[in-house]
Amino acid sequence: MIAWMNWTLPVAIFFSVIAAILLVMTVYEVVSPCTERKGFLPIATTRGDRLFIGLLTSAYLNLTFLGLTELSLWIALAVSVAWVAILLRWG
Amino acid sequence: MNKVSNNKAWWLVLPVFILVAFSALIPLMTVVNYSVQDIFGPGQAYFVGTEWFEEILGDERLQDSLGRQFLFSAAVLLIQIPLGIGIALMMPTRGKRASVCLIMLAIPLLIPWNVVGTIWQIFGRGDIGLFGWGLNQLGFDYNYTANTGDAWATVLLMDVWHWTPLVALLCYSGLKAIPEAFYQAAEIDRASKWAIFRYIQLPRLKSVLVIAVLLRFMDSFMIYTEPFVLTGGGPGSSTTFLSQTLTTMAIGQFDIGRAAAFSLIYFLIVLLVSWLFFTAITHLDKQK
Repeated sequence: MIAWMNWTLPVAIFFSVIAAILLVMTVYEVVSPCTERKGFLPIATTRGDRLFIGLLTSAYLNLTFLGLTELSLWIALAVSVAWVAILLRWG
Repeated sequence: MNKVSNNKAWWLVLPVFILVAFSALIPLMTVVNYSVQDIFGPGQAYFVGTEWFEEILGDERLQDSLGRQFLFSAAVLLIQIPLGIGIALMMPTRGKRASVCLIMLAIPLLIPWNVVGTIWQIFGRGDIGLFGWGLNQLGFDYNYTANTGDAWATVLLMDVWHWTPLVALLCYSGLKAIPEAFYQAAEIDRASKWAIFRYIQLPRLKSVLVIAVLLRFMDSFMIYTEPFVLTGGGPGSSTTFLSQTLTTMAIGQFDIGRAAAFSLIYFLIVLLVSWLFFTAITHLDKQK
């Protein structure tokens, strides 16, 4: 059933990471429920909001790297991870 | 009073989750998976990494199509939202006339997309269509199959005809929900019609307008059938919007990898714009 869909390892890793992030966030939320707060972003956000913003901006960041520069996407990935971490902590 | 906390209710969400998984999550994952491969047929797929994305981002045809799409969606919102509010304000609030107005408004919404395209295709023709013939008789050189401006005007007019009623109906229901006491208070204050609209009706319409703007944006951004039937994307490619470019790529050329990469970029744009709209409007709500 899986073979004809031609699943590839990078895509599997990508979605496993997303699923893992969601799982960790869920457990984190149950252990310590978050409240909406205001950080450096112009709007008050919850933890989930910040994660969403982080992932969406990371997607755009990666596309920008791909479309406008010749730099390796690993750099974009590193920047994205740092950005999401900053956003979750201080956003 | 003791508050009972029972998390077992979460199991009730499971059927919805399974449904969404099959209708949205797995198809989306499949698209992501296709976007990194070059697929020739069953069992003949080759991993190409981010090559398709690079190609799509540099493709001028797609950039033009994206520009046209944004222009179209902006025009749709700028025309339909104020017009919808205006129609809703002018509609009678009770009695038989209200029912007649509601039915008249709902009629365009009931017509299938491809029929709407066909109606306007004939309506706009210079030889047998009332609209095209009438304009030609009035001395306008109107021809939507040859003139870019005419084609755009016709596609926009068709969309306004088809979807403004939705905005009007949403606004009408929002207006109906305003308690009479608000108007009585305004009357005591001798508020002008504009003041009533600005300080009572418009703020109270905000939640339905959020839905109207979001629905109209998403629908107009994904428009396919109507312009495809009406103009076929022409003249040239002047009314070829994103989904038509995508369909040509995916089904016409069977270029699945490329089309998948394109779909993902398309999806990201819709996601970003919808989120921006939603956040901006809900945030405005909180500030007050």
